[in-house]
Amino acid sequence: MSLSEIWFGLYIVIIAGYAILDGFDLGVGMLSPFVAHTDTERRIMLNAIGPVWDGNEVWLVLGGGALFAAFPVVYASLFSGFYLAMMLVLLVLILRTVAIEFRSKRESRRWRSFWDWVFSLSSFGITVLLGVALGNVIRGVALDQNGVMDVGLAGLLNPYSLAVAVTAVAMFSLHGGIFLSQKVEGELLERITALVPRLMAAFFVLMTALVGWTLVRSEAFAQNYRDRPWIAVFPALALLAVLTAWRQIRRAHHFTAFLASAVMIASLLGAVAAGLYPVMIPSSTDAAYSLTVHNAAAADETLTVMLVFAVIGMPFVLLYTAGVYYFFRGRVRLDDESY
Amino acid sequence: MSTELLDRIQFALTVSFHFIFPPLSLGVGLVLIIFGVRAVRTDDPKWRQLSTFWVKIYGLIFSMGIATGIVQEFEFGTNWSVYSRFVGNIFGSLLAAEGIFAFMLEGGFLGLMLFGGSRLGNRMWLFATTMVVAGATFSATWIVMANSWMQTPQGFEINDVGQGPQAFMTSFREVVFTPSFVPRILHLLAAAWMVGTSMVLSVGAYYLLKKRHVELARTMIRVALPMFTVLAVLQVVLFGANQAIEVSKQQPAKLAAMEGLYGTRSCAPMFILGWSDQKAQTTSGISVPCLLSILTDQTPDATVTGLEATPPQDWPRVNLVFQVYHLMINLGMLFIAIGGLACALWIWGRRLWTSRWMLRVLVATVVLTEIATLSGWWTAEFGRQPWIVWNVLRTADAESPNVGSGQLYFSIAMFVVLYALVLFVFLRLLDRKIKEGPPPPTDELVIESLPDSFGEIFRRRSRVSSGGD
Ligand code: HDD
Ligand code: HEM
Ligand code: HEM
Repeated sequence: MSLSEIWFGLYIVIIAGYAILDGFDLGVGMLSPFVAHTDTERRIMLNAIGPVWDGNEVWLVLGGGALFAAFPVVYASLFSGFYLAMMLVLLVLILRTVAIEFRSKRESRRWRSFWDWVFSLSSFGITVLLGVALGNVIRGVALDQNGVMDVGLAGLLNPYSLAVAVTAVAMFSLHGGIFLSQKVEGELLERITALVPRLMAAFFVLMTALVGWTLVRSEAFAQNYRDRPWIAVFPALALLAVLTAWRQIRRAHHFTAFLASAVMIASLLGAVAAGLYPVMIPSSTDAAYSLTVHNAAAADETLTVMLVFAVIGMPFVLLYTAGVYYFFRGRVRLDDESY
Repeated sequence: MSTELLDRIQFALTVSFHFIFPPLSLGVGLVLIIFGVRAVRTDDPKWRQLSTFWVKIYGLIFSMGIATGIVQEFEFGTNWSVYSRFVGNIFGSLLAAEGIFAFMLEGGFLGLMLFGGSRLGNRMWLFATTMVVAGATFSATWIVMANSWMQTPQGFEINDVGQGPQAFMTSFREVVFTPSFVPRILHLLAAAWMVGTSMVLSVGAYYLLKKRHVELARTMIRVALPMFTVLAVLQVVLFGANQAIEVSKQQPAKLAAMEGLYGTRSCAPMFILGWSDQKAQTTSGISVPCLLSILTDQTPDATVTGLEATPPQDWPRVNLVFQVYHLMINLGMLFIAIGGLACALWIWGRRLWTSRWMLRVLVATVVLTEIATLSGWWTAEFGRQPWIVWNVLRTADAESPNVGSGQLYFSIAMFVVLYALVLFVFLRLLDRKIKEGPPPPTDELVIESLPDSFGEIFRRRSRVSSGGD
């Protein structure tokens, strides 16, 4: 295995880390207007993610930095090519951060309901935009031989990518709902428990349809699965995880249901990555212009330094992430430091 | 306007806005550590009270730092794609290191710090705070490392492997320890601590003027004022001077622009105030003869290289660099005066507590230190032009070719509106927090019952989030 292949694997791990961790707090944001009816309930939902959302978002920052270092050509081409979409991502990211921070700083009802909407809509916006971006990456974009592309916002909003976005919304809402079942109690818990199976069914239908569409649409994708049948373990694992999550929800084992949902997200991303590999960004102009693990990676010196960083840094990251989740385990109680 | 100029305006705008917050996080964080150490060492409940109050302000500042920092992380790729391809091998690894070593540490412990007041004893809370502040300091270190490589690049070679010319790392050690790095990080950290201590001074002085929370306000000033004054002196005589010497060695054209020096000469003057006319190649104003020569080489006869040694198309905007540089220097002198006078009034019969004019000046210092810190960065960055990587890659050749001016106008307008709104709300909320004042002291018994070691945290269920399993 070459260094660039190792880094491709690590990169998928970082994206999966982001999707699993920030995924549930985006989901909480999207669910909040539907399940929380009073100010206290909304605060409980917000405080369920209160101590951890910032740490979760750092995975996105890490994703940006690691892409810049390990695959500089992808970083440059993708971000400049999706310029307006990226600016909108930044817009909603900023709005969401300040909404969480500002919301409970004043008592006024209008103030709070305004920021509640900002929080919820921006969570939705981030999920949709990331879904659209992923959809376009799977679908392929118009890269020229210099790795330059320019896809307007309208060009990004094609039916396939929108379908990915809708599925992402369902997936994160489900993931957020399962997370909340461990965090809230009383009526709020009842409402969430009633909603989760419905979200699950919706997600399952959407996902199955999307998988079918992807295999029909993308010849290269289907071909990769035919050539390397063993990569079918990823979708198989995802299916197994969905079924496990379903079963654990029925038995009210919320924590294991949450773990299953996390495994499901990771294996779905694995399934996409395995279907694309070795291509990272397919070019719709000419397959020869595609950015691949080999032609877009940094040189070995850089990748080695980065691997050393990852080996030193990752254990610490996992240690304090686990520590913080352990410390804040259990159901939320509000106090004067809460949001 | 050319797309290059628009890209530059956008970058300057967003990064300058971001940079309002990091120095506050770094500096107020340091003061919080001092409060925390005192809370652990003494029985006086006021230290915990001060920590509880300042942590809330810290949370507000920090979230602004996060919100605006994410923009910077992606903007290299969106606006400077040629640059990103060119430097990714070198620069990217430093940014990634910042993510894994610094931001993860901050993000991990931030929750514990912000929600620690009701859940952690003094010792563990101090631990969480120290981790967050350490994370912020590492973050500053890595990012300044990355920026220093742009200022004084080394340890690389340029090759084309099919994606246009790219810089490849030949020595990681050289990339990390470029000549400008150590002087810059020292100068920057000292600047950030000045901003933080002046924030604490401002709030303390404000309470004294309003005659509220008098005892706590005096404590804030007792902690912050000596630090501020010592840092102000060190900044001018040690870190700042050192920085200027380094620039004169590594980037002589920048130094010449900073002082508006066109001809190479010995006994070069240093200006206090002035105006530089780039067309006529003259600089006039009030100056101290020979001081620049003394500063760069410790003797009045030292020859200082002027801009004439550099072709005019490689000059930065001389007057702009000159003005922001002198703004920083003059403010630096002013800080020594403010700090010195305030200390004198304090030592001399405790007059500081009642001297209303001095307290008013102290309320304003946080704005001045912010301006000085920003002017410093502007000096470094405007002075680097027209190079994005000094003497290696021009800014004009580094922009994203596929991003048109329409898109740039849109994004600049978006950031201007968004940042203006967010800043407005931030300042209003900060103002409310300050007017609300510190909370009443926490009961001894409550503090004692909080877990205060790793063992206790893991043995006991955390009190507040207890219930239901
Ligand atoms: C003093 C040094 C300093 C400088 C020059 C910069 N930053 Fe910064 N940044 C910090 C010091 C800092 C910090 C102290 O670590 C912050 C500010 C407050 C905070 O929340 O963390 C931060 C936050 C912050 C975040 C959010 C981290 C999180 O989610 O926790 C990102 C992504 C960046 N920065 C990225 C950048 C980039 C790409 C910069 C270069 C253009 C940059 N910063 C300049
Ligand atoms: C936080 C404090 C900083 C401030 C206030 C600042 C300020 C500026 C300004 C004013 C410009 C525009 C210069 C011009 O076009 O005339 C600029 C450009 C730029 N800066 Fe910084 N900067 C800061 C930190 C950084 C850091 C830490 C990096 C990299 C690690 C960086 C990288 C760049 C790049 C890539 C450009 C765009 C290209 C250019 O104009 O040369 N900056 N910055
Ligand atoms: C009065 C004495 C001072 C001198 C001689 C001095 C000198 C310098 C010089 C030469 C630079 C440009 C460095 C470069 O181009 O890389 C610089 C940058 C800077 N200065 Fe100062 N400075 C002084 C005071 C201050 C004060 C009081 C502050 C803030 C409180 C400050 C904050 C900064 C910052 C943040 C930078 C940019 C970061 C960097 O390049 O390290 N300086 N200073």
